[in-house]
Amino acid sequence: MPSSKAKTRTIHVGALTRVEGEGALHLTVEAGKVVDLRFEIFEPPRFFEALLRGRHATETPDITARICGICPVAYQMSAVHALERLFQVPIDPAVRALRRLYYCGEWIESHALHVHMLAAPDFLGCESVVTLAERDRAAVERGLRLKQAGNAIITRLGGRSVHPVGACIGGFTRVPRPAELAPLREQLTRAHDDAVACVRWVAGFDLPDRSLDIEFVSLRHPDEYPMNEGRVRSSKGIDCAQEEFDDFFEEHQVPHSNALHAKVKGRGPYFLGPLARVNLNYDRLGATVVGVARDIRITFPSANPYLSIVARAMEILYAVEEAVRVIDAYEPPAAPAAPFTPRAGIGRAITEAPRGMLYQAYETDDRGLIHSARIVPPTSQNQAQMEADLRDLAPAILRRSQTEATRLCETAIRNYDPCISCATHFLKLEIVHR
Amino acid sequence: MKPRIAVFKFASCDGCQLQFLNVEDELLALTEAVDIAYFPEARSREQRGPYDITFVEGSITTPQDARRIIKVREDSRYLITIGACATAGGIQALRNWGTIEDYKRIVYPSPEFISTLSTSTPISEHVHVDFEIWGCPIDKRQLLAVVRALLSGAAPALPTHSVCMECKRSGAVCVVVAHGQACLGPVTRTGCGAICPSMHRGCYGCFGPADDPNMASFAALLRQQGLSRDEAVRRLRGINGYVRLLRDTGDAIEQGQD
Repeated sequence: MPSSKAKTRTIHVGALTRVEGEGALHLTVEAGKVVDLRFEIFEPPRFFEALLRGRHATETPDITARICGICPVAYQMSAVHALERLFQVPIDPAVRALRRLYYCGEWIESHALHVHMLAAPDFLGCESVVTLAERDRAAVERGLRLKQAGNAIITRLGGRSVHPVGACIGGFTRVPRPAELAPLREQLTRAHDDAVACVRWVAGFDLPDRSLDIEFVSLRHPDEYPMNEGRVRSSKGIDCAQEEFDDFFEEHQVPHSNALHAKVKGRGPYFLGPLARVNLNYDRLGATVVGVARDIRITFPSANPYLSIVARAMEILYAVEEAVRVIDAYEPPAAPAAPFTPRAGIGRAITEAPRGMLYQAYETDDRGLIHSARIVPPTSQNQAQMEADLRDLAPAILRRSQTEATRLCETAIRNYDPCISCATHFLKLEIVHR
Repeated sequence: MKPRIAVFKFASCDGCQLQFLNVEDELLALTEAVDIAYFPEARSREQRGPYDITFVEGSITTPQDARRIIKVREDSRYLITIGACATAGGIQALRNWGTIEDYKRIVYPSPEFISTLSTSTPISEHVHVDFEIWGCPIDKRQLLAVVRALLSGAAPALPTHSVCMECKRSGAVCVVVAHGQACLGPVTRTGCGAICPSMHRGCYGCFGPADDPNMASFAALLRQQGLSRDEAVRRLRGINGYVRLLRDTGDAIEQGQD
């Protein structure tokens, strides 16, 4: 289009860095207006819903874990809960508590990784954690200690931190003796100071102030900060059971990309993850976390996506405290796992992955063989919201250099901690090939 | 000059490259010992090749990736695969037994837009691989051992004996003998630390076949333990199911030739 060349500018952020997986952003601006904006995923699809067909229900935790190396616990837990709901498996309260501990480990590990190694460099003028370590080694070491504490929890319950092996329908294959949790408790007690320091550290960053009209969505539990259980709530009034997910949310195709985006039915994009959870469950965070939030003078709920890093750090602190509470109250269950008999039907469940609600649904026959599987990862659901966010940001970056504009777009995308490896199998990749 | 390291990703879950960041105690020392020239998940600065040591995660599943791996090989002095996807095709190689058009239809409402190969294949089917680190995920101690060997100019070597040996050494109770569980330990390569038996469950073969396993005898054991043909096949067709030994044994059982 030579005639409009002077007015048209294309910003292409190829191969996003410091995100899990591979994606790119394509933005075309014409006469000061965004005419085309695409958050592209070129990560190859791996077809998990297809390869789960014909497998036995008991195999799902081992298979779904492989969707994501950063949040395998979430993929295991949504699958296990969905199938337990279907098979009507009674869960021992001690097992339930251990699963909360398991989830605390993943939140700490995943959040500490994102805060220190992926996102913090954005706000401190560093290109990576390598350069950040040259400037502020203590901060990076603190992040590594926190990450290590999270990984230690997962390893204690699942044998290893990436693709742990302990979770199963009914409970765990093996549960720890109380004495085995004692060293973990010590490590977490030390991690508590690190977690408080981490919240203060990120609150001191020069975070942009940009509020958007956002519908935040997360689980909400009657008396806990939500992880494995609760109803689906939104900042614009949704309040539904997990099983009613499809009544309120839908996936749709958009003309510019044919990519599957998610939206609230009859409304629009929605926002999942730590900021959504903190906004909707601030009263469940407990005195310490709320006290630190008051000290740093940041008020929630907030519609500024840049506060995601603060919310993420607050959740690290919450998870460290919650893990200690679970360990202190722990008495081993009567049996590591409840026995069950498969039955035909459909089971659905949502849990709060580090990046937000992860929905899974399975249809099995009476032998427990899977007829169909559906997996809706948080990054896939956040994709439309990320695009809406970037559309809002675009006018402000037009006069910036290509490097600076790229950096600003990347920073905005990283607020969502997109895990593209997870989302891929639900996204269209055709844009790249047209 | 510090050796220049690159980490490339193909179809995968990111879990193996995450193990680089999971060596929390050694990470900062590692970043000082090598020049991380290309590692997009960890840093924004991306330097061009040639690289001294290239780690490749993920399997080849698209026409673009089949071309990209050739360029990666050209840019690399040593090319090392990390994990089951890069080394064996990964869990996504289960598609190799199905029809890709069916797979597309099951997952995507507009399957015609999906550009993918009908198979998921290991890196070694496309280019020469200098060394393979097995595991789903790779074990970070093994990763460090390989890096250490390369930095000191030695050829990396990892054990290839079976998980059974590891169980015996660690004193873990045998889940096959004591509990009658199906366990891939007798034919699976060590390296994980015999995690599954220590968690009171059978091994599911994350680390691929051990050196020279007796597959015929193992197939007979599975059937003697009471597994149906379908169950035995599913057991073999897992994380590393596309590896020749496991593939052939599973196919034979499926066809009733066991």
